[in-house]
Amino acid sequence: MLRLHPGRLAAALVLALLTASAPALAGKTLEAIKAKGQIACGVSTGVIGFSAADSQGQWKGLDVDVCKAIAAAVLGDPNKVRWVPLSSQQRFTAIQSGEVDILSRNTTWSLTRDAALGLHFAGVSYYDGQGFLVPKKLKVTSAKQLNNAEVCVQSGTTTEKNLADYARAQGIKLKPVVFDKFEASIKAFFSGRCQAYTTDASALAFIRSKEAPVPDDYLVLPEIISKEPLGPAVRRGDDEWFAIVKWTVNALIEAEELGITQARVDSLKASPDPALQRFLGVGEDLGKSLGLDREWAARAVKAVGNYGEIFNRNVGADSPLKLPRGLNAQWNKGGILYAPPLR
Amino acid sequence: MARRSLAWQALILASLALLGCLLVDTTASRLQERGIRSGFDFLLEPAGFALGESLLPFEASDSTLRAFAAGLLNTLRVALPGAVLAVLIGVIVGFGRLADNPLVRGLATAFVNGVRNVPLLLHLLAWYFILTDLLPAADAALPLAPGVFLSKSGLALPWWGEAGWEVPVPAGFGIDGGARLTPEYLAMLIGLSLYAAAYIAETLRGAVQALPPGQRLSALALGMTPRQAFTLVLLPQAWRAALPPVTSQLLNLFKNASLAVAIGYPDLVSVAGTSLNQTGRAIECLAVVIAVYLLLSLLAAALSHGLERRSLRGMPA
Repeated sequence: MLRLHPGRLAAALVLALLTASAPALAGKTLEAIKAKGQIACGVSTGVIGFSAADSQGQWKGLDVDVCKAIAAAVLGDPNKVRWVPLSSQQRFTAIQSGEVDILSRNTTWSLTRDAALGLHFAGVSYYDGQGFLVPKKLKVTSAKQLNNAEVCVQSGTTTEKNLADYARAQGIKLKPVVFDKFEASIKAFFSGRCQAYTTDASALAFIRSKEAPVPDDYLVLPEIISKEPLGPAVRRGDDEWFAIVKWTVNALIEAEELGITQARVDSLKASPDPALQRFLGVGEDLGKSLGLDREWAARAVKAVGNYGEIFNRNVGADSPLKLPRGLNAQWNKGGILYAPPLR
Repeated sequence: MARRSLAWQALILASLALLGCLLVDTTASRLQERGIRSGFDFLLEPAGFALGESLLPFEASDSTLRAFAAGLLNTLRVALPGAVLAVLIGVIVGFGRLADNPLVRGLATAFVNGVRNVPLLLHLLAWYFILTDLLPAADAALPLAPGVFLSKSGLALPWWGEAGWEVPVPAGFGIDGGARLTPEYLAMLIGLSLYAAAYIAETLRGAVQALPPGQRLSALALGMTPRQAFTLVLLPQAWRAALPPVTSQLLNLFKNASLAVAIGYPDLVSVAGTSLNQTGRAIECLAVVIAVYLLLSLLAAALSHGLERRSLRGMPA
């Protein structure tokens, strides 16, 4: 029988006390990243179009490209990223505790999250909204007709709250059936357990086209019941790092407005246009104030393309999701993307 | 010597208490440093989300605390009947394992081995998808008896509702009124009780077989039938040995009910997960769940301990 000597146990406890009180050193994020040579990027465990590993294990998606652009801007190489797949329950703890440097995981920017969770949202990379998918045989054409319906939901987003808000606002009853795994929620819906499925509209289009046994038997209802601005977030307390993430997102959007594409980054450096020169680092040095070199933005666009290219490749016309640009078009093309000027 | 060991114990206890305080204090100050709001005040604020089913009437405007209570009731609603079913099935299968009839023995053995060697989560998912795939759609519910309907929305039964005695009637998307046992609930109940039953059956079989063979032979020699020998002589003795492992299986059943969120049943863990996401209070939400499980498990353990002592009364020391 193992016998623990009481003196030894006490000594171990005292040692534990001493080590527990040693303060954790919080270095500046940018310096830590440069020392490590890679960025830790928190992504989802698999949302097609936003962040998902493909059959070769390569991470692909709009949220993934945001991290790659930042890695290219900061470290000069879009592949110097450590991908950390996070469940929706894990994500905030992961960014708060410093396990990841950026949370780029289709996360909705809201007041509570911004103010109370110890993080800063650095911008919006996709404007989404919550909608409903229903079988056509129910002959429902509006979400208002869903009174008493059971609605399948995946847990861990703002979805459940929006659903309850919508039901209360419309004076109807909606019964949520909440699953923790995407696959289970989808399987339950398509087996007929629920009369409706709800999640962000971007995902509904994909679910209808890729997961439905017969896509034409299902219908996405016209109502969008919430605002879901999705964007990358960083931990509070490091304004320099916050600025780098914020302005890299802005740079990707600005690049589209200026017509700077992945293919034309190098050739446009010869352009006489001062806005292009500034952006590409041949004019005045914008990188210096961010703590980066002058070609940071050029490298970001060269790595993943401008926002329009990222959108088309991952969720837009060139992707299986085929989502329209909608709100996510530039401000001068009918959307609401408006990057503050890079100057 | 005794005094010295007492001093050591006091020192260890004090250091443990200090370590605990330090842990709480450090966590709290670190959270504040990072600008993360903490505390349990969110429990009294409106939950903001609805629950699919709940014994406790619950609306989205009710407090998060009430949501937790509703979740706990849902956990107990599946764990308590599940425990009763598990013991019943376990005793029957345990008898089967000892039967002289080879067919009965074979079936019982197949059940025990089949159930025990598959992870519980797979059991639950399998039962759930069998139920939701096989049952008719909610708008084409199967009437089993007057006022009793079976469909993908579950088993609808007449029950006391807000308007007195309610008999379910087909309406709109499905069935309205009365009580409802959803497929989520039924899958949890079936999965949990069968899984625990397999272990209980094995425990009982082992306890009976551990008795000296002379017990059975003497009973038979006294003119008892094999059944009488089993129920009057073997089982009462075996039960004493089997009680502690059986109660521990029932405790496992209660804790395993936390897998409910996988198949959409709104138990305590599911409610805590949703609250965690709405409020971001990860540590607080988990602390509530841990405290509730710990408290109830300790309570159940104390209860079973009392039961054991009672059953040992009159036994030679």
